[in-house]
Amino acid sequence: MTITVCIGSSCHLKGSYNIVSELQKLIADNNLENQIEIKASFCLGECKNGVCVKVEDGPVISVNKDNIDEFFNEHIIKNL
Amino acid sequence: MRNFESDVQLIKYEVLKEVVKLSLEGKLKKEYKTIAKKIIPGPKPRTRCCIYKEREIINERVKLAMGGNKKNKNMIEVISIACDECPIHRFTVTEACRGCLAHKCSEVCPVGAIHIINKRSYINTEKCIECGRCKNVCPYNAISDVMRPCKRACNAKALSFDENKKAVIDNEKCIQCGACVYQCPFGAIMDKSFIAPVVNLLEKAKVQNDFHVYAIMAPAISSQFTYARIGQVITGIKKLGFHDVVEAALGADMVALSETEEFAHSISEGRALTSSCCPAFVAYIRKNYPELVPNISSTVSPMIAISKLIKNLDPDAKVVFIGPCTAKKAEILEPDIKGITDFVITFEELQAMLDAYQINIEDCEDSPLNNASFYGRIFARSGGLTESIKHIIDDKGLEVDFKPISCDGLQECDKALKLLKFNKLPSNFIEGMACQGGCIGGAASLCHGPKDKTEVDKYGRLALEKHVADSLRVFELEEIDFNRKY
Repeated sequence: MTITVCIGSSCHLKGSYNIVSELQKLIADNNLENQIEIKASFCLGECKNGVCVKVEDGPVISVNKDNIDEFFNEHIIKNL
Repeated sequence: MRNFESDVQLIKYEVLKEVVKLSLEGKLKKEYKTIAKKIIPGPKPRTRCCIYKEREIINERVKLAMGGNKKNKNMIEVISIACDECPIHRFTVTEACRGCLAHKCSEVCPVGAIHIINKRSYINTEKCIECGRCKNVCPYNAISDVMRPCKRACNAKALSFDENKKAVIDNEKCIQCGACVYQCPFGAIMDKSFIAPVVNLLEKAKVQNDFHVYAIMAPAISSQFTYARIGQVITGIKKLGFHDVVEAALGADMVALSETEEFAHSISEGRALTSSCCPAFVAYIRKNYPELVPNISSTVSPMIAISKLIKNLDPDAKVVFIGPCTAKKAEILEPDIKGITDFVITFEELQAMLDAYQINIEDCEDSPLNNASFYGRIFARSGGLTESIKHIIDDKGLEVDFKPISCDGLQECDKALKLLKFNKLPSNFIEGMACQGGCIGGAASLCHGPKDKTEVDKYGRLALEKHVADSLRVFELEEIDFNRKY
């Protein structure tokens, strides 16, 4: 499974680099390194709702440090 | 408001704008000949002898704006008809000559080229070797030094004159820095443009919707748009149809990292390194110091590095670099890196595009531009790369003896290269920038006013990421090859 995180200017300023590291940590904590790949991307087109994250080719989801655990459980763990 | 430094810049802008407009309407090939009349409507000429000559010159400018003569590989060309055949003889005795008794001028002349006729000095131009001693000794300052501006500007010594006194560029020597383009007061030397293919690409992307066009913004932007904020310019660029605007400075961060590793390696072999981010400096070494080619850093330029990253993340991407540099136009066509950055346009050309698309950047909201670190951004000025490498050496705790020299402008570069050639350079790293001040002094800048390096640093400090390692931490750079061979 591929998770794409926007690292374009707008999302970068909203903390997308931290979202990338937190996702990496969550993946490591759950021993999912072999199943999930995180990819950076420039603009995903929803700058106002950043940090923009996409799972596979799904819709753009707005992720922040408060909802990242929920995002990970709902959109990643459940779909594995 | 738009601010043009001179009529040269204004007329070039008008031509570029019309070329963009016709490209947008899909009529460029059919109607490009109508531009001249539009810009020079008559009946009075704008700057020259008559409207017919002016229109003919516009026609030549239009051709260059459409890419120019494809057979001539040089991205800089002389518009022969616009060349005013400035006086070729450098030293002339002026009215201020008093025909004095001492006539130090003729006494000092080493070749006997000065004679006193009817109480006035005359220079025999056939004998004169242009040493300038007469000018220096004249107590009345009566001898003028009028080296042609293009020739004076050309530190690569690529400019000469033909039998009709027209300027001629020697492609073997030209490094495409664009100094002559900026310095010719008649605008008779111009850089060829990719502006029409860029417009076509953007319009194609809007229709097809299956690929993205990215703009790479040079950090020299910090001193460019005086009448609007950088954030407004970024919004304007997106309105043109660019999918995203990415800082070239992020490429500079990658380059600094790669070049530091390369330096540590080369110095362990006792080999000094020269920087590779300025294409005009690299071209100068290749053309004038072939024995120093092994010293050129094999790291690609920041423009190429960031283009590679963008295409690594989005394989269908097309990439357009926007900056103050004419040499970058030639760089992207070099066989070993061709196609990595698709097009280069200049700040002048960006301005023409924004206006042709009727985008008023003053009315735009701000969009953020923040990808790189402080150090990537200060690459825009002389000394920036050196500071960045120093920072990485400290950050990584590398034990290397880094003895850099930052060469500001081609003349300083030449001095350092000469010393290196003869093993007399006390430094082991040459940072070379062909333009004075660095990229912020680039030939195709919109404003060439005095450049304050603190302005660039101020812009650099607005970067969210402070260190090079911070701005690169989310990328898997080992997948990308940042090296090239000369």
